[in-house]
Amino acid sequence: MEPSGLPPLLFESSRPGRASSVIAPCESGETPIESLIPAEFLADALPPLPEIDELSVVRHYVRLSQLNFAIDKNFYPLGSCTMKYNPKRNERIASLPGFAQVHPQQDAETIQGLLQILFELQNDLAEIAGLHAVSLQPAAGAHGELTALLVAAAHFRSLGQNRQNVLVPDSAHGTNPSSAHIAGFETVTVKSGPDGLVDLEDLKAKLDENTAVFMITNPNTAGLFDRQIGEISKMLRAKGALMYLDGANMNAILGVVRPGDMGADLMHYNPHKTFSGPHGGGGPGAGPIAVRDHLAKFLPAPIVIRRADGTYALDDDRPDSIGRVRATFGNVGVLVRAWAYIRSQGPDGLRHVSEMAVLNANYILAKLKDVYPVPMGDRCMHEFVASARAMSRETGVRAMDIAKRLLDYGYHAPTVYFPLIIAEALMIEPTETESKQTLDGFIDAMRAIAAEPAELVHSAPLTTPVDRPDEVRAAKHPVLRWQST
Amino acid sequence: MAYTPHTPEDIAEMLAAIGAGTVEELFDVVPEDLRLKRPLAVPAAMSELDLTSHAAALSAMDQSAASEPCFLGGGFYDHFIPAVVDQLAGRGEFYTAYTPYQAEASQGTLQAIFEFQTLLAQLTGMEVANASLYEAATAVVEACFLAMTHTGRLGRIVTSDALHPEYRQTLSTYLKNLDPELVVVPSVQERTRPEDLAAALTDDTAAVVIQHPNFFGSLEDLGALIAAAHARGALAIVCVDAVSLGLLKSPGACGADIVVGEGQPLGNIMNFGGPSLGLFACRSEFVRKMPGRLVGETLDRKGRRCFTLTLQTREQHIRRDKATSNICTNQGLMALRAAIHLATLGPKGFRAVAETSARQARKAADRLAGVPGVEAILSGPFFREFVVRFGKGRSAAEVAAKCRKLGVLAGIPLSRFYPDRPADLLVAVTEKRTDGEIEKLVQAVQAALV
Ligand SMILES: Cc1ncc(COP(=O)(O)O)c(C=O)c1O
Repeated sequence: MEPSGLPPLLFESSRPGRASSVIAPCESGETPIESLIPAEFLADALPPLPEIDELSVVRHYVRLSQLNFAIDKNFYPLGSCTMKYNPKRNERIASLPGFAQVHPQQDAETIQGLLQILFELQNDLAEIAGLHAVSLQPAAGAHGELTALLVAAAHFRSLGQNRQNVLVPDSAHGTNPSSAHIAGFETVTVKSGPDGLVDLEDLKAKLDENTAVFMITNPNTAGLFDRQIGEISKMLRAKGALMYLDGANMNAILGVVRPGDMGADLMHYNPHKTFSGPHGGGGPGAGPIAVRDHLAKFLPAPIVIRRADGTYALDDDRPDSIGRVRATFGNVGVLVRAWAYIRSQGPDGLRHVSEMAVLNANYILAKLKDVYPVPMGDRCMHEFVASARAMSRETGVRAMDIAKRLLDYGYHAPTVYFPLIIAEALMIEPTETESKQTLDGFIDAMRAIAAEPAELVHSAPLTTPVDRPDEVRAAKHPVLRWQST
Repeated sequence: MAYTPHTPEDIAEMLAAIGAGTVEELFDVVPEDLRLKRPLAVPAAMSELDLTSHAAALSAMDQSAASEPCFLGGGFYDHFIPAVVDQLAGRGEFYTAYTPYQAEASQGTLQAIFEFQTLLAQLTGMEVANASLYEAATAVVEACFLAMTHTGRLGRIVTSDALHPEYRQTLSTYLKNLDPELVVVPSVQERTRPEDLAAALTDDTAAVVIQHPNFFGSLEDLGALIAAAHARGALAIVCVDAVSLGLLKSPGACGADIVVGEGQPLGNIMNFGGPSLGLFACRSEFVRKMPGRLVGETLDRKGRRCFTLTLQTREQHIRRDKATSNICTNQGLMALRAAIHLATLGPKGFRAVAETSARQARKAADRLAGVPGVEAILSGPFFREFVVRFGKGRSAAEVAAKCRKLGVLAGIPLSRFYPDRPADLLVAVTEKRTDGEIEKLVQAVQAALV
């Protein structure tokens, strides 16, 4: 068998007895630990960790890192994820000691610089949303959805209404229905029409006095701006329901149109998408939410306020608040990067971001649509969804095969099989930070793949450290950790 | 414009290919009456130089653990982080990758998470661990949800007031629209008594949540508390201080069903509270009900070992409203940092961190106990955090404020969470705190008390 490109596991590199060089013995000498902590509480043996010398640890992780695709190395047109350049200046700013080395229980007086940043970010996010109040507490987009739905629940409770339903389009991201369920609501799915937009008839049929919230993603997950949004907002208002906007696609509309002006009452941002936070191989993110004025009192505490004397404080005294949704203030490191990004762009820059993101997506769409049909039309916002359905019928090459073959060309794959309303979906989001040369290279690769023999595409990827994993085996006999034999 | 590379010629060529006259035309679908007709009211753009200087000036306004000895704890601790952690986790190949959906393009992240899952399972004495949750409080919530699903009991979740107040607040926020009631048992002398816990349990109690060491720093009688939970058929959820796993008997060895905790002290910076690392480990019997991502080992088409995200039918992108959790983006980079941290320290280094913290904590407690005006050290036995009670009429918040002016971040006044405890200060000590810094704390407290 060919060797795979993977290094041995840490545990397989361990040699008993190897020393660590990191920490010096205690200044106070070696008071026996049993004299401090009763023996019944103490472990019988050293903690079960591998024993590896520092250089080998370094080589291990450098080798692992080299197995990854990443924005710093590759074009990453992963739809819905907004894989834009993560500016290096933001990293240096976020690591300044007055932000990075601050303990979450420090008093407000000791962190006026950081609080100024967080206060400004609250204001900027409210302005970009066209809404009134912001909570920076949620830890990611899904957490923001949940927090906003809890705010909605508190709102209806305060009105003495017991509304049970959250309506979610069938094109929605999975976190929407999942968050609704965890917030204690029933989810009701609303169909999309053949044009990919919300089917207003279906919405009308499902909307009633029991509807608490309609969650909409606009632009939606097919990359389309739902121009019925004004009409939808009127329908919701007539029934006393709230509109939630999933802000994952804000990269398309910064400074062009604001959720609040579209009629949204609540929304979340994904700063790790729109505002350039690095994804870190799965996180961290943040999920700030913005709400209309009458919902502000329900936001989680604390919120940063500016006092009359110009100092900043953490406002914990919010009697109508839903309470905390996590410990500590929030994912501050991600938020500081978002602030630095917004400061680097300014008003014109933010609008330009969306213009160029939309231009790039439309350019790829225009150059690929003859080979990869785009069922929902010739124009898109910041992303579009092509379908490999015809191709898969003719040649047996499926969306997943194209995704894998792209890796051989040095491009990360698009998002595949999402949204669920488009068969054999290839969801392509280039973002604004890619040059025309990069886009052209990607377009050439996609066109080349379409012309390749099916057997070749099925056999992809050919150049990655491993071939396609056996997912069925992984799920049937889960091996979720290394075991000593 | 920052970070957008097109020249005017590029834009013209691209528009021609699209068949559009202007970029604005691409936004025609946005109804005119909804559009913003003015520039966003956000501050003007700053150059990298100006922004860097501005941010540095703001940072310089703040006190931090970089400038002052920090004795603050409560889940976040100022431990030493080896340079290796920053250097390796800071590599762009890790830092700027997405969630490893395309396994062949993400083996580095996947193997690193598989190793993290192994490290955490081993340290907690549990069979499996996930790829991370947001942070400790939401990890407690997720553990309770698992317990509710597993036991089918929706009556109660029982904990004690020695569970971190912010974790309790979070749990009660989440439970507000759901069935179970959160029952909080009062602790006695900074510990949870097994008989009090047992008295609060009912036959419809899904889980018991025990923090160990608890919020006051005290070690709990874990075996007895877990036995009390099991006696009524409730699951035992143990919330741990990650560093204590280097020294104390593992929760798994004490019979825990689920172990959660805050992973910040494992190689992650404090960042005013985030991003940090939600730890989640449990018995393998619950694996199909676990929240969050899981990396599994499998074989590729050539029969070679490889790694992939697995058991995804638990997750929101497949199961939608029936998912075990709504989590999507998690704290992958923080899990990577924790793994590098543990691999670098090894068993002896990690033990040394825990032991040195415990020794320095005891030293600080003994010295503070001798300061006139200090009434008592309340916690015990403790690991590296304890409550100091000041004499009658002294406010811990005022003492802490005075210490701060003297350049010491002395501790967390408990009145912040327990209004009836104005005289108590929670003090944490890590291996980073030197004898000199402990002396500085003692002097500052002394000065504050005169
Ligand atoms: C449309 C949409 N909504 C919600 C989310 C959830 O956001 P997060 O992953 O930050 O929890 C995502 C992210 O993947 C998304 O693409």
